[in-house]
Amino acid sequence: MSHAPVIGVLALQGDVREHLAALAAAGAEAREVRRPGELAEVDGLVIPGGESTTISKLAVLFGVMEPLRARVRDGMPVYGTCAGMIMLADKILDPRSGQETVGGIDMIVRRNAFGRQNESFEAAVDVKGVTGEAVEGVFIRAPWVESVGAGAEVLAEHDGHIVAVRQGNALATSFHPELTGDHRVHALFVDMTRAKRTAESL
Amino acid sequence: MSSTLSENQGPETGTARVKRGMAEQLKGGVIMDVVTPEQAKIAEDAGAVAVMALERVPADIRKDGGVARMSDPDMIEGIIGAVSIPVMAKSRIGHFVEAQVLQSLGVDYIDESEVLTPADEVNHSDKWAFTTPFVCGATNLGEALRRIAEGAAMIRSKGEAGTGNVVEAVRHLRQIKNEIARLRGFDNHELYAAAKELRAPYELVKEVAELGKLPVVLFSAGGVATPADAALMRQLGAEGVFVGSGIFKSGDPAKRAAAIVKATTFYDDPKIIADASRNLGEAMVGINCDTLPETERYANRGW
Repeated sequence: MSHAPVIGVLALQGDVREHLAALAAAGAEAREVRRPGELAEVDGLVIPGGESTTISKLAVLFGVMEPLRARVRDGMPVYGTCAGMIMLADKILDPRSGQETVGGIDMIVRRNAFGRQNESFEAAVDVKGVTGEAVEGVFIRAPWVESVGAGAEVLAEHDGHIVAVRQGNALATSFHPELTGDHRVHALFVDMTRAKRTAESL
Repeated sequence: MSSTLSENQGPETGTARVKRGMAEQLKGGVIMDVVTPEQAKIAEDAGAVAVMALERVPADIRKDGGVARMSDPDMIEGIIGAVSIPVMAKSRIGHFVEAQVLQSLGVDYIDESEVLTPADEVNHSDKWAFTTPFVCGATNLGEALRRIAEGAAMIRSKGEAGTGNVVEAVRHLRQIKNEIARLRGFDNHELYAAAKELRAPYELVKEVAELGKLPVVLFSAGGVATPADAALMRQLGAEGVFVGSGIFKSGDPAKRAAAIVKATTFYDDPKIIADASRNLGEAMVGINCDTLPETERYANRGW
């Protein structure tokens, strides 16, 4: 497994363990990232589900935000689910005061757009780039994407709302593949990370 | 991982995966008791992952005595309107109508809580009947599994709320973790006897033995007052912490709240915990649990 890409999971808060398990199952060497030094050692990064206000605050407080922005600008593959999607948005429609994002995807997201917990739901989602059956989408107080810029590609919609987006090496989903045991979306991200590393070593 | 979506079916709400998955998103975080919208904002600004809306914090319930009930809907809605993070609220044990009311208000999680005065001394609420997920307290593995059997989607060790004393939280979390570790070594024959001994369904006992953990998220509650307390519970295996009276009964709530959040994330880094612990002002005045009469121990409520 010496050729497995090393993929970190931003472990400030959220469903870190599920992502670590999904990445390992999809063929990556997965590890937690909480500090700038740990960020420097990974080929790619997952920003998990959690509370976007909490993750954003802790990322700024512990000096991870700036190095993370720099690496995403440099093309490090990055995948965000739910709160992670919010973190990758260039713009939040309704941010809490002072809520910062990493950015990387030219999109505007609306937080908790699908409603509160009582409205949280599961639905089948067809995701471009994922072959076979539809993905089981688990949406928990989930955001949706209001609009994307020219550089961003819409990978999936639910009920007329954008729920999966890719721009270059940045991938984001409103839903949580890490909660389902179906690792195809993580496999897509591992492939993105492997391709980027291969391109760099040429 | 067991449930799958049936073909050609519309969106499904209130599934076990959606309820349990919600708690997975709270992991590594701090859930804070608040009694006003202003406190809720302070908690959110400090980095809380959720707030628990209630009329009185446990320390005041203890002091005031009398019957403690679900909070006023106006007060809960005021807090829901003030913050964007999830809002939880408490119902009395077995008071499923309070739970119905809380669900209708749109709270994100219901805590069927021993901190309020129990409404039923035999039965807890049937939590499968709700779309809103439930968190319940437990002092040991059997109690945790009985609550999960009733539909709880998250467990918190009970501790002793409103004391500012972490000793009972440690006792209950250690108890749960030890009992899980013990199950790991059991073979199939022994698991049947273990289920009987734990007074819990065999299927759940078997699942815990295989997973080496509860099938739902496990937080700690009841007595956390300092950043080091929060980090202690994390090192002992809690996936996050509830802080009740510890924050808003202290000298500088905003600072203490932010410090507890930091220590919960970097629970294994004593330097960061040390920095977070500096100049926090006065901690809440604690109560020694060994001087608490049995009748005043909330952890004895629920079974």
